[in-house]
Amino acid sequence: METPEQIRERILARFPGAEVNVVTNPGPAAQHSLLLGAAHAVAIAVFLRDDPVLRLDTCSNVTGVDWLDREIVETVRKPLPTEPGSDPAAPARILEEKIKRLVPGHLEVVYHLYSVALKQGPVILRLRTFDRGANVTLPSLTPVWRACEFQEREVFDLYGVKFTGHPDLRRILMWDEFQHHPMRKDYVEPDDYEWEPTPHDAVLDKARRHYPATPAAPQEGAAP
Amino acid sequence: MSDATPFPAPAAPEISAAERDELRRHGILLTSLEELYNWGRSNSVWPLQFGLACCAIEMIAASMARFDIARFGSEVFRPSPRQADLLIVSGTVTKKMAPQVVRLWNQMPEPKYCIAMGACAISGGPFKQGYNVLKGIDRFIPVDVYIPGCPPRPEALLHGLMQLQEQIRAQKISGPEAPRHLRPEASGEFPVPEFGGSDLVPPRNPAVWQPPTIVRTE
Repeated sequence: METPEQIRERILARFPGAEVNVVTNPGPAAQHSLLLGAAHAVAIAVFLRDDPVLRLDTCSNVTGVDWLDREIVETVRKPLPTEPGSDPAAPARILEEKIKRLVPGHLEVVYHLYSVALKQGPVILRLRTFDRGANVTLPSLTPVWRACEFQEREVFDLYGVKFTGHPDLRRILMWDEFQHHPMRKDYVEPDDYEWEPTPHDAVLDKARRHYPATPAAPQEGAAP
Repeated sequence: MSDATPFPAPAAPEISAAERDELRRHGILLTSLEELYNWGRSNSVWPLQFGLACCAIEMIAASMARFDIARFGSEVFRPSPRQADLLIVSGTVTKKMAPQVVRLWNQMPEPKYCIAMGACAISGGPFKQGYNVLKGIDRFIPVDVYIPGCPPRPEALLHGLMQLQEQIRAQKISGPEAPRHLRPEASGEFPVPEFGGSDLVPPRNPAVWQPPTIVRTE
């Protein structure tokens, strides 16, 4: 089985303009993956399926990941100009400035590919949308691996990724009238609370909102 | 005896179970039409052949030879709601499935009974805090017997069935305490919820179920 780096080299040799990056997994599983640009994704998928060395004939799993917008705080250090008449031996004054930068979030679709014919795998592909709002279109890999059909529908249902080229892109788990994407991290479920015997954390907050506390009855023998 | 009641029978005499046993010992088997009517119905409760999740596997096991639900006259699992007396809600009721369950219940003829089997059918179970599972089928249809468990053993289902038989045997056939199917003003149809943008519309039937009033003390 080739390493992701070797696969990347061969993809780049075949598709010179393609955008392919290796995303390393630092965990003990060390399942590194290939991040593909959307433009060449279908062509690369056909190449991976038909390549005689890889023959990735099975797509076993498709899933989605939601990456929220992140705010990164960077510290920039600037030396201040020395004031005239000050001690030249004094240490230079430095102004620290904190700059907040917003890294836009995106949605990610992950494909796990195996070769049944050559008994090898997995090769993991990732596709990323441009953002989480209006530009959530990705090419569908269902024409390449038919097994993706229902799972891409599930990603569409729960994450809201729109797959172009999918033969039947409808919701699969929630009903058609449903308007949200429940697996997104900013999804808020309907406010429908019922009594819990031991509420805690978020459920306790809900209990406080739904059942306002009454003052506790005075204890027997308590000091007035 | 008013004309509204479908059974022109005198009300059952107020005799205790011990007195009834004493009469049986003297050769009097049936002491009232009510007893005959309830005895017949309670021993032929035909369930609907309908399962939703893993509780349905236990329901199937209860109908097989080892547990043998036929001992209680309930072995005739009917494939059509038109022929069934009992709806065993055996498993997780997702919000997508809930309108279909209510529709099945509406299609069953009276007298009909409902058993909520397992934690999910009672309250949503482990999925109670989620977004896509109904927090108990009693939000939309009246439930006669609740069987806790995850899933309940077949013995528990048989026990629930025996509890239901007890309830049927205790029913009056006339008067204000008569069950739903003997009161002309009571309807056996319940509104089917619609699919909304983020939840079922309405999320519960207030005529059937109200959220419990909790007094929380800090």
